[in-house]
Parts: sequence; structure tokens; C-alpha cells
Amino acid sequence: MKLTLNWLKDHLETEASLDTIVATLTKIGLEVEEVKDPARALGGFVIAAVLEAKPHPNADRLRVCTVDFGAAAPMQVVCGAPNARAGMKSVFAPVGTYIPGKKTTLGPGVIRGVESNGMLCSAAELELSEEHDGILDLPGEAPVGTPYAQWVGLDPVIDINLTPNRPDAMGIAGIARDLAAAGLGTVKTPAVAPITGGAPSPVTVRIALDGADAALAPVFALRGVSGVKNGPAPDWLQAKLRSVGLRPINALVDITNFLTFDRARPLHVFDAKKVSGGLVVRRAAPGETLKALDGKTYTLDASMVVIADDSGVISLAGIMGGEATGCDETTTDVLIEAALWSPNAIAATGRKLGIVSDARYRFERGIDPAFTLPGLDLATRLVLDLCGGTASGVTLAGTVPEPDTRILFPYSEVRRLTGLDLPSTEMLQILEALGFQLAGSPGNADLIYVKVPSWRPDIFGKADLVEEVIRIAGVDRVVSTPLPRQSASIPAAILTPLQKRTRQAKRALAASGLVEAVTWSFVSHEQAVLFGGGEPALVLANPIASDLSDMRPSLLPGLIAAVGRNAARGAADLALFEVGQIFKGDGDKDQRIAVAAVRSGTAKPSGGGRHWSGAAGSVDAFDAKADAMALLDALGVPTGGLQVVAGGASAFHPGRSAVLRFGPKGVLGSFGEIHPSVLAAMDVAGPLVGFELILDDIPAPKSKPTKAKARLDLSDFMPLQRDFAFVVDRGVEAGAIVKAALGAERTLVTHVAVFDIYEGQGVPPGQKSVAITATIQPRDQTLKDNEIEAVMGKIIADVTKKTGAVLRG
Amino acid sequence: MADEPAHQNVLEAMSDLASLEALTLEAIAAAGDEAALDAVRVGALGKKGSVSALLATLGKMEPEERKVRGASINKLKDAIVEALEARKAILKQAALEARLKAEIIDVTLPVRPSPLDTGRVHPITQVMDELAAIFADMGFSIAEGPDVETDDYNFTKLNFPPDHPARDMHDTFFFEPGPDGTRKLLRTHTSPVQVRTMLTQQPPIRVICPGRTYRCDSDQTHTPMFHQVEGLVIDKQANLGNLKWILEEFCKAFFEVPDVTMRFRPSFFPFTEPSIEVDIRCSRKDGEIRFGEGDDWLEILGCGMVHPNVLTACGIDPEVYQGFAWGMGIDRIAMLKYGMPDLRAFFENDIRWLNHYGFRPLDIPSLVAGLTA
Repeated sequence: MKLTLNWLKDHLETEASLDTIVATLTKIGLEVEEVKDPARALGGFVIAAVLEAKPHPNADRLRVCTVDFGAAAPMQVVCGAPNARAGMKSVFAPVGTYIPGKKTTLGPGVIRGVESNGMLCSAAELELSEEHDGILDLPGEAPVGTPYAQWVGLDPVIDINLTPNRPDAMGIAGIARDLAAAGLGTVKTPAVAPITGGAPSPVTVRIALDGADAALAPVFALRGVSGVKNGPAPDWLQAKLRSVGLRPINALVDITNFLTFDRARPLHVFDAKKVSGGLVVRRAAPGETLKALDGKTYTLDASMVVIADDSGVISLAGIMGGEATGCDETTTDVLIEAALWSPNAIAATGRKLGIVSDARYRFERGIDPAFTLPGLDLATRLVLDLCGGTASGVTLAGTVPEPDTRILFPYSEVRRLTGLDLPSTEMLQILEALGFQLAGSPGNADLIYVKVPSWRPDIFGKADLVEEVIRIAGVDRVVSTPLPRQSASIPAAILTPLQKRTRQAKRALAASGLVEAVTWSFVSHEQAVLFGGGEPALVLANPIASDLSDMRPSLLPGLIAAVGRNAARGAADLALFEVGQIFKGDGDKDQRIAVAAVRSGTAKPSGGGRHWSGAAGSVDAFDAKADAMALLDALGVPTGGLQVVAGGASAFHPGRSAVLRFGPKGVLGSFGEIHPSVLAAMDVAGPLVGFELILDDIPAPKSKPTKAKARLDLSDFMPLQRDFAFVVDRGVEAGAIVKAALGAERTLVTHVAVFDIYEGQGVPPGQKSVAITATIQPRDQTLKDNEIEAVMGKIIADVTKKTGAVLRG
Repeated sequence: MADEPAHQNVLEAMSDLASLEALTLEAIAAAGDEAALDAVRVGALGKKGSVSALLATLGKMEPEERKVRGASINKLKDAIVEALEARKAILKQAALEARLKAEIIDVTLPVRPSPLDTGRVHPITQVMDELAAIFADMGFSIAEGPDVETDDYNFTKLNFPPDHPARDMHDTFFFEPGPDGTRKLLRTHTSPVQVRTMLTQQPPIRVICPGRTYRCDSDQTHTPMFHQVEGLVIDKQANLGNLKWILEEFCKAFFEVPDVTMRFRPSFFPFTEPSIEVDIRCSRKDGEIRFGEGDDWLEILGCGMVHPNVLTACGIDPEVYQGFAWGMGIDRIAMLKYGMPDLRAFFENDIRWLNHYGFRPLDIPSLVAGLTA
């Protein structure tokens, strides 16, 4: 919402400076976004008399002018304007002036061999209009040496970032009312003199909306003015419109635009001679079209309210008129429309058609119904004054609504909600200055009835009145007051187990040398499908880009894509992780927290790249497994019962990946090498390994009655180690051998490690040698040789029995 | 003199011992390494060694002579043993010194980086952890909710009337309508988590709601996905004054400055009444923003008293309970605190950016350590 200082002063008698007004506007909730003060921007431009204008010796189109701009000595400037002539008054910019229209600061120059110090300026160079054909030609009485902006009365423009709850401030009169309430002067908006009498309106009006539809257009008023002379509006009106960024069109149209800004009262004018028959307000028929005043043709549907005549739709109610019935210089008979429309219907239609207009902006926020007929009278008065003619009477369809919102307001509500103690007299004074009326008191000194003014459709209850009081009284008067803790004791953990695990997971993975990425929650449809998603419920209807269309079913596509982008910039060894939400459906429970990590190139946990102590090899599935296991360990997940089952999720290499699970129904996720087809589809080079686990699916640690740790069992006897090499079928998993060895003598065999895997010479084809070392921990006494041999025999027997392995001879 | 010859013998023998000692000690001193020293030892003290040979002669002597002679030989032996040990220690030390002289590494060779050096957490994680530390200390817990929301929780229950222009301020991502005609959306703010909290918890309530939020908007200061944190306090007396205090305490703790000056401005949000926007005083110099000084203002958050309609919609009686809520952009306050110039870079995952702006794994924010100290 734009206004100018002088326009504001049409409605507000005030001595306040521009700075005070701007600060007050922001303070009372009308946040000033920008102030353009031409007097400040154009301070260097002064009125000057052209003493001489001689032809330039070296250029036909240039003139060498001598200019008196109030300085001790006249200045010589070279000027290319065709209208530069001796004796004229114009605007002069001395050297050092910033020229807004050229975005440069003027320096001394030599033009075609003639010295030029300064510039005679066009309106375009001052950014006052588009006019750049000649320098400004001022009347003879313009005082030489005076700043031009000051003399011409250039008006500071204030741009307010208006919140949608303040339709009353969509007119400058309403803004003046707010400022007056805040103590910045008195309102002087002139009262509207009713226009009475006149012949009946020449055009009939009918609202063809019944029942529930009646709310779409509560009232439609029309008045004709015949015998007008339309043409350019007077300068004052054109200047006002330009000052708030509007383009003057012709007097009739400009009057409606003026009242839109002045009083927040949008109106429309039809050329009566272009209207055939009576007007009907109705829903559009599906497929009807209208060529609107913006020159575009819109196709309408039955949700939209239109104004039609015998020829069809002539105006899109409350949003934009039609080109065919618009007013131009030939208009002699005009119909002025002042109506009310349903804010929601206007908003819906405007959104559907993509039309942004000053009328829509106001109607969809709600305009003052009580100003419908005064607005029509004011417009008529302006038409009669500026264009002449004879006014008819008003044709009225529907009735003007008379909102009567009364609120029972306890003064103490202000203290309850804000903590601020204000005298009730001050509160009442504020409310009355804003147009609220004291409408009785139920007998309690704290309680009053307040009648809400017709221009405040946003006020419903006492909290709204608290806001009105507090914003005018000053929110900065609220005193900061400590909010004590509800309990003085040291609080219990405030994070849920899942929140705690999310934090632990991030720190643990970072401590493993991985870098945390945050990738979009959406991926392309192709990627969603590739990673097991893509269901219709998770496809956005209005994605911001086609490759961000589906909610991600996995964190891996985002991470893999990030690896690809970094590789394209030359960083090929990457270790990234993300902890975040993935989507399996659109229900609340379908959003899960996943943890995923990827490693590419040589980004091994022990460090990547080439190094004097030995180059890192390529990442492999075991790096991903190590990351996953380290994570589970950091989360305190007991991994004793964890099963590592060959063959991970479909995005992984089937032979080089596995599922991590606690039984068939306790799947946590997968690790391994990323499937070559996935890499190909995403155009990312391998080697690339990774894992993804679902944090929600990791069982919670068993809660124990105390925090005490299990008793530490320290044996006094030396543990001993024995090595075994087994030959076994290639397909037998080393894990099975380890498990069998561990189970052979549970109390004595405390640890089994695999230290060698060998295939080749000496081992039959299709078989492999697996070498393990078992740690045997004596418990009560040192083991004798025969006892040790018995344990070893048990290990060999159990491994052979469970895996078919044979001790290598 | 009857004992003259004997005396003569003793004198000769004594001079033998003296020369033997002199010779042996000379050989010990000359031994250049442990092997040479051992040869001297064997030559003197070995089975066939010179001292051993002398000891063997004692057996044939008269007791008197043996006594005198034996003491002398033993003294000689002790002197030799002592000299051997001393020499051995010297040689050992010399050998160690020679070894150490040869054992040299190039200390300037680089080590392999530790995972603790290479790992990083994203600034958003860091700031979320900072927020949790600050608000936990004030007695808040953390509430979360789904990103895919209903229109009811994202708008209607928050007092956005259907078709109200306030909805246009939220550029909402929608999903296609389901079989029942309703369509889900991506939450445009974390306020639906407040709704969910109020629907499931009895007052008093103190929560913060951090999380991902979405708006269909993209430029230098807007990304289609961003992060917000909101706070909610509901009890029987929480008022604007308390809200002001909480926000002041938060800003001081978060920006780690001893004092902040805040400006409250009336504003509009459908779900709060009165609604307020908060600016904090700052200075701007060379693109760096400092708080607690200067005379510029920076808008940092929106807040207000929870609208009675919202309380009612969430089953809380606005005549009994009251409270306030606030919300701000996590990415935005991260940028303000840590000086990242461009929001979009947060989600590009350029490794150079992550390495530079990310935090080390063990830099875990805590109040005892002063958040980032």
C-alpha cells in the first residue's frame, strides 16, 4: 500500500515530520517497507536560468549554454536537448550530483572539445516520468537557485507492507485515522455530501443470486451521469495517481482509481452507450469469456460472479472490468458502479484466473459496507466536478449490510494477555479514536460493550481489542517479565528416545569421518521409483521443479546425487551422511527417520587418497558395514542377536550387500555396494558404497531398574590363543564358522576372529580356507594340556558339524 | 733371616699381581665393544683366564701365605669385575647413542587425518542442538510432527479461514486429492506441531517444535524447503511480558552476547492475537552483523498470544488458559550467527561449504561450555 505525505495530509492535520510519521506507522503495525523522499534524492538539483544557448562549434545538435543557478558565477554546459534556449528556466545538476535516471554521478567533462560542467535535466533523468525528449521547461517565476524538488513540492512516497487483517488501511483516510489515534494529529477527512434527486437511472440492475448465493453480492448500486466530457484528468489527480505508481488513463477511470486509494473504495465505470439492456449480477456460465481491461481474454466458470448485459459478460465482479464497455475519451454517458462482493469468492476467482488488481486486493480483504453509497456519491461529485454532466438517481439492488459486532470487553483482559497495566480511560480513548463505540456497560466497572466500526471486519473478540489497545498504546511498553521454570528440580531427559538417537547418530557418523549433508525432502519421480517409492499419494501436485516432484522414499538418492555433483567439481573421494525423514505413505506413521551414509572413491574410514604410508584402496562394502556397525554400537544397540543376511535392498549390488536384522520381522536396513544400474541411472561414477537404516525400527534398549553396569569378571589366569584353518565350500559364510566356534565351549571360548581367507593353490576349486583364532579364557584354574586339547577338539568338531568345514591338514 | 726368601717371593708375587691388574685394566679400557670386552673378561676371569690361574695356585700354598695371597688375588678380581661393569655400561650407552643417531624420521611428513578432523555436522544440526540446549534449560521439551500434513492442522485449526488471503501468504505445496476429496499438503510452518501438542497434552505446556517446512518459492533468500523452530507456552498466566523475557534470554544465549535490545512491532498472524514481529538491534559492517550494538534493526521472528480460536479448536478453554507462541527460521538464525551469505548453499551439499561451515563431531553445544566455546 503506497501513499504520499501530502496525500496523507489531505486527511490528517499534523505537524509531525516525515520521520516521525514513518516511525509511528511501523510502531502501530503498519510496517513501512520503504520511504522514497525525492526531496532527499534530488537535493542537488536546482532551478537555473539559461542565459545563453549558442550553437556548438563542432556538433549541429548540441548547444553550449551558460547557466545561472544561483552560484557566484554562471556555468557553461553542453546540452543536447532540442528545447534548450536562452531565457528559459530549467533544472540544473552541478558537477558531483547523482543522476538517478542515469545511475551515475556527474563529473566535469569535455564534449566534442567544449568544456561542460553540469547538466540541464529532463524529467526522466530525475526519474519523475518517462519524458526524456527535452529538458524540463519551468515557468518564468521559478526561483533560480532553489532546490527543484522543494519548489515543485515533490512528495515523499511511503510504502506500507500491509498485513491482510487491515482492510481499513487500504485507503489513505484509514491510515490517517490510525495515526490520529496514535496521537499524531487530527483527522480532517471531509464528510461526503449526499447527492439526491435526479432522474431514475437509465439502466436496470438485477442480482440473480438467490439463497446461499445471495452472500456473493449483497448490494449493487448504480448511477448514471449523462453528458460528461471525458479526457485527461486534471494535473493534481494525475500527479496523485502517478505518485503511488498508477498510470493516469482518463478522468472517469482516474476518479475510480483515486477513490480506491483515498478511501479504500473500489468502483467501476461503464460507458453507458456500450451497455445493451439492463445489468444482471450472476454466476458465469461455464465457458463464457471476457476480454478484460488488461487486454487479456479470460475463460470463466460457474464459481465466478460476473456482471452481464444483453450481450453477455461485461465485467468480472470486483476484480476487473471488460474492455468492450470501458470508458474512453469518447464517453459521454457513464454508469458508476459501487458494489459489495464476497471476499472469499473474489479471492478464489482472482487466484483461479491469476488476476492481481487493486480492486481484488481490497474486496478480498473486506471493504467498509457502510461506505458503499457515500463512495458512489463521492465518485459522482468528482465526475460532475471534473467532467460535467447530469447525475441520475441511484439504482439499488440488494441491501447494504449493516454489521453490528458488539464485544463484551473486560479492561483487565489487556493485563491478562500482555502483563501491561493501562488506565481504562486510556484504553477507551484509544478505542474511540479508532472508531469503536462504547455501547453500554453491564454494571461492572471492568466490563464494557464495544461496538466495532463497519470498516473493521477483522475484529471479532476481546483478544482483538487487546491488540488494538496495545498496538496504539505501544507494544514496546510491555515489560519483560521472567517466566520461572515450572519445576525447580533438575529436569528429566527432555528428548524422546528417537530424538536422542537422531542426535547420537549424527555425532557418531561425523566422528567416523563422515560429513553431514542436508538434501531436499523431494526427489525426481524416476529416483523415487528407483529407490522403492513413487506412489501417487506422495507426488506433489505443484512441484517447484520437475526433478523435485516426489517425497523421498530413501535418503540415498539425495546423497548419491550430492556425490555426483561434488565429483563433477573434482571432489571424488566423498564420505557423506544424512539423518532425516523418509516417506512410505502420506499417513502420520508413514514418515520414518532414516540414517544413511555413502562413501565414494577412496574415502575409506582410515582416510582416503594417496599417502606416503600407502595409498588408500577403493571403498568396499565392508567400509559401509563398518559405518553401520559403528553407528549401532554408538546407539547402544546390543548387536549379539544381529543377523547379517546376504542380499540387501534393491538399490544395492545383490552379491555385495546385506540386510541387517533382528529376525525376519526386525529388519533395520541394508549396507553394501550401490547397484551398478542405480549408479548408471543417476549418472554417478563408482565405486560407491553405503548403508541405510531406519532409526524407528531399531529396538529400544531394555530399560533396567538401575544404571549400574554388569559385574566385571576379571580372571586371574592368562588367556591363550589357538589358531585353526578350515577348508570349506566357498558359499559357506565365515560368520557361520565363527558362530560355531564360539558356541563350542561358551564359558571358555570368549572371542573368535577371522584372520585369513584364502582361495587358490592348495585349496580345492570351489572351496576356500578360513583361518580363525580362538581366545580361550581359563576360569578357575590354569588349563592342563589335555584340557586345552579337549576344547580345541570341541571347536573343530562343532565347526565341522555345523558348516561341513574340514580342518586343513 | 729365615723368612727372607719368602718375603722376596711375596714381593715378586705382588708385583706380578700389580702388572696383571694394570694390563687387564688397560685391556678393559681398550675394549671397543661388548664382544672385545667379553674377550678380556674371559682372558682374565674365564676358566683358563689369568686371574683364575692365579687362584688355582692358592691350593698349593701354606695357609699363612694363602691367606695373604688369596686376599690380594681377590682384590685384583674385584677390581677387574668392577672395571668390566663400568666399561660395559659405557659401551652400552655409546651403542645406544650410536643407534639413536641412526634412527631418524622426517617429522614433517603428514599424518593420516583423523576421522574426528574430517567428519562434520551440518550447521542446521548444530543450531538445532544449540536451541535444544537453551530451551531445555528453560524447561521446554521438543515436539515433532509429520511433514505431510492435513489442511486442517496446517491452516484451519490455526484460524486461517478457508479462502482467506492469509493462505496466499503461504505458497503451499499440495498433493493430489485422495479418494475422499481432501488433499494433503507439505506443512508451510511447524505450527501444526503446536496443534498436535495441544490436542494431546494437558496444559501447562512448554515445547519447542523444530523441523523442516516447505513453501513453493525459490530465490536467494527462499528455498522450497527450509527449517523453522517454534515455541509454545500454555498455562494460566503466561503473558506478553513473559514472551519478551523468553525471547531476550534466548537471543542472549544463542548469539552469545551479554545484552540484546529488542523492538516489538504489532503485526498479523492468523493464529496469534495480539501478533507481534520482533526486531533486534544490530550493527552491520562489511556484511557482518553484530548484535547488542549499533542502531540498525533486523527482523528476527514473529510471535504473539495464541489466538482464542486456536485454543478452542485444540480443546483448550481460552477463558482458563492462555499462552504465547513464536516462530523463526533456523537457517536464518544460523546465517545471522555464523555468517553464511546465501541460504541456497545450505542444501547444495558442496563439500567445500560443508567443510568450511560445518562443525566438528565433538563440538556438542552445551550451556556449561558456552554453546560454541
